Amino acid sequence: MNFDFSDEAKELGEQARKLLAEKAGTGPARRAMAADAPAMDAALWKEIAELGWTAARVPEAHGGLGLTVEEVAQLAEAAGGSLAHVPLVSTLLATEALVLAGTEAQQAKWLPGIASGEIIACVAWSEPGAVSPATVKTVSSGSALTGVKQPVADLAVAHVAIVAAAGADGPRLYIVDLKGAQTAAVETVDLVRRHGKLTLSATPAEALGTASDYQDWLDRAAVILAYEAIGTAGAAMAMTVDYAKTRVAFGQKIGRYQAVKHKCADMYIKLELARAHALHGLAMIGTNGAELRQVAAAARVASLDALAYCAEENVQLHGGIGFTWESDCQFYYRRNRALVAALGPRGWWADRLVRALEQRNSAAA
Amino acid sequence: MDFNDAPQEAEFRAVVRAWLNENATEYRDPPPEGMKLPEFIARSKAWQAKKHAAGYTGITWPKMFGGQGLTPMHSIIYGQEESRWHVPQGLYSIGLGMCIPTVFTHGNPEVVQRYVPKALLGEEVWCQLFSEPAAGSDLAGIRTKAVREGDEWVIDGQKVWTSFAHASDFGIVVCRTDPNMPKHKGLTMFIVNMKAPGVTVKGIKQMSGGSDFNEVFFDGVRVNDSHRLGAVGDGWKAALTTLMHERLAVGGKPRYAPGYETLMKLAKDVEAPDGSPAIGASDVRQKIAQTYINDQGIKLTQMRALSALSKGQVPGPEQSISKVVVAKTMQDLASFALDLSGGDGFVAGADADPELAKLQGSYIGSAGLRIAGGTDEILRNIIAERVLGLPGDMRPDKDTPFNQSVPA
Repeated sequence: MNFDFSDEAKELGEQARKLLAEKAGTGPARRAMAADAPAMDAALWKEIAELGWTAARVPEAHGGLGLTVEEVAQLAEAAGGSLAHVPLVSTLLATEALVLAGTEAQQAKWLPGIASGEIIACVAWSEPGAVSPATVKTVSSGSALTGVKQPVADLAVAHVAIVAAAGADGPRLYIVDLKGAQTAAVETVDLVRRHGKLTLSATPAEALGTASDYQDWLDRAAVILAYEAIGTAGAAMAMTVDYAKTRVAFGQKIGRYQAVKHKCADMYIKLELARAHALHGLAMIGTNGAELRQVAAAARVASLDALAYCAEENVQLHGGIGFTWESDCQFYYRRNRALVAALGPRGWWADRLVRALEQRNSAAA
Repeated sequence: MDFNDAPQEAEFRAVVRAWLNENATEYRDPPPEGMKLPEFIARSKAWQAKKHAAGYTGITWPKMFGGQGLTPMHSIIYGQEESRWHVPQGLYSIGLGMCIPTVFTHGNPEVVQRYVPKALLGEEVWCQLFSEPAAGSDLAGIRTKAVREGDEWVIDGQKVWTSFAHASDFGIVVCRTDPNMPKHKGLTMFIVNMKAPGVTVKGIKQMSGGSDFNEVFFDGVRVNDSHRLGAVGDGWKAALTTLMHERLAVGGKPRYAPGYETLMKLAKDVEAPDGSPAIGASDVRQKIAQTYINDQGIKLTQMRALSALSKGQVPGPEQSISKVVVAKTMQDLASFALDLSGGDGFVAGADADPELAKLQGSYIGSAGLRIAGGTDEILRNIIAERVLGLPGDMRPDKDTPFNQSVPA
């Protein structure tokens, strides 16, 4: 039995955490929050590209390293933990779609630039009024899309968008070249990560894979985003635990009180459950396992549960200071909303999990 | 990643499987219901002797104590294969899982020689005498006392929640030997003969109606000093050895316990308030998902630990979440499913639906599981203190001589 990351993936994760601990974190996040701050940390992005992180998942034939989704997960967790102000997870999610479903020509057009870091990719999934992947309103007319996608993470810095829209046979993915596209900034609850509005009016778009590929990509995206959420939740938990070890009230460290320590234990419990399912998701992706649909949904739900709990109780256990503008608690609390909006709410994913279980049961019957 | 055995694991599994196929045939079916204790003991002893002869007992124990000197992975593989059969289980889990490792860690050579082989062979059954009416979670607060008289110690007091005390030949007992010392420091552990004069075992009837535990009374029970485990005053250290082994044993979901599949099946047959099948209701689907996440999450967490063992590494601390998740999930699921079934979920006995009766059993049993082997609250303390490094609870009696903080 080997239910664990490969040593290579762990090594890359270690490298990523080390670099981002130095170059990212709450300090740079606070600077990024300023209204006139750039939409990404360009110097850090350059360094990341040089280290090959954006090339990790790109096949060698297209200038990449041809690594596995385990490496992608390690990078997503490191990015989530450090709040790094770079479009790394957006680009990794888009790369996964291109690697999974792109034609040879589509891959040749986009992947080499992604691998070198010159092309930044984003995922346009959310829409006004759409709360699940099933209720997409942006429509395709063959070779063009019409509709509004928002909020789209990292849209302002991206060169290409992977767009979810309704095709003839149901929702699926499209590639939209953002050169000349109609974009605008959108304010969101997350003040660090920039989001935008992409208005599509018969905008040229290429279909990316089939409707079934879209469903498969949703599974993979759910697992990758689970790792980002785990990274962010872990950072919030670490912040809480540090504070509980130092803050004194009623003559002793607040970490001595069970009301406090039991919440910290619950943070850990929720995080470990999320880790178990997310790792299972990686195992299923790596082996083309038939259970990926249910496993990915479980990873998504468990990771959102962990993040919501850690982010919320982090503020709570800091008390009044945690509610101030100067406190770093707000970064995790706000990022929680960004990660929910990125791929639809917990309730829809829990339902997807149960649908997958029902299908498995009826197939077995 | 790979869920399969490594080659040497697969080889061991094949050997074990072949042996069981040959030797466990009489345990193909579940035992008859309502088996009486003497028959259970006889069946358990027969199976243990068979295993022992084949070298499948004490798999991880050092060879010098009669064990096989193999790895935890070997023991786990044997357990997985054995669980495919209805072999008698439970009688030796506390003795061989917890008591005897304490005996061979802290006992003198004569005691080890006298007791360990017979325990391993299954000839003698052991129990663990730790908890008391006034010392459950706060185990170091025990009051059962042992007073030295020449070469002997005289034990007086009461223990409680002792599994299999009524079937046991011997037990390990923690006693207070010096009430002038602070509570953790005045304790000593002994081996006690459960058939000795002055030992009285009384069954406890639980909320469930079952009787898995006992009260054990000690009234002037005499134990030779050679049966002391560890130094005088080192009983807490010895107890930690035992409890370390307990934590390895208590954890996973009980095999009989209902899971998310139970709720899925039930919700197809039961109606939501609007008359549609309950399986379509959002709250039902959310509960199925949550149960899946918790139960499967614990299974997967255990697989992470197995992977570490398989590579010869020490598992991480994540295993510590098992019981606290499993027990509460079981209670929540049973409660939710019985809610869903309305009055039918409340009717018991001969008129009850058998599936709902199982859920009722789970509803009642889970209340005990949340307490046994460390309460939810103590387990959260352990996670917070040992895993996250938070400071220990405030313990105002920690440094006070025991007889000054507790009425005699």
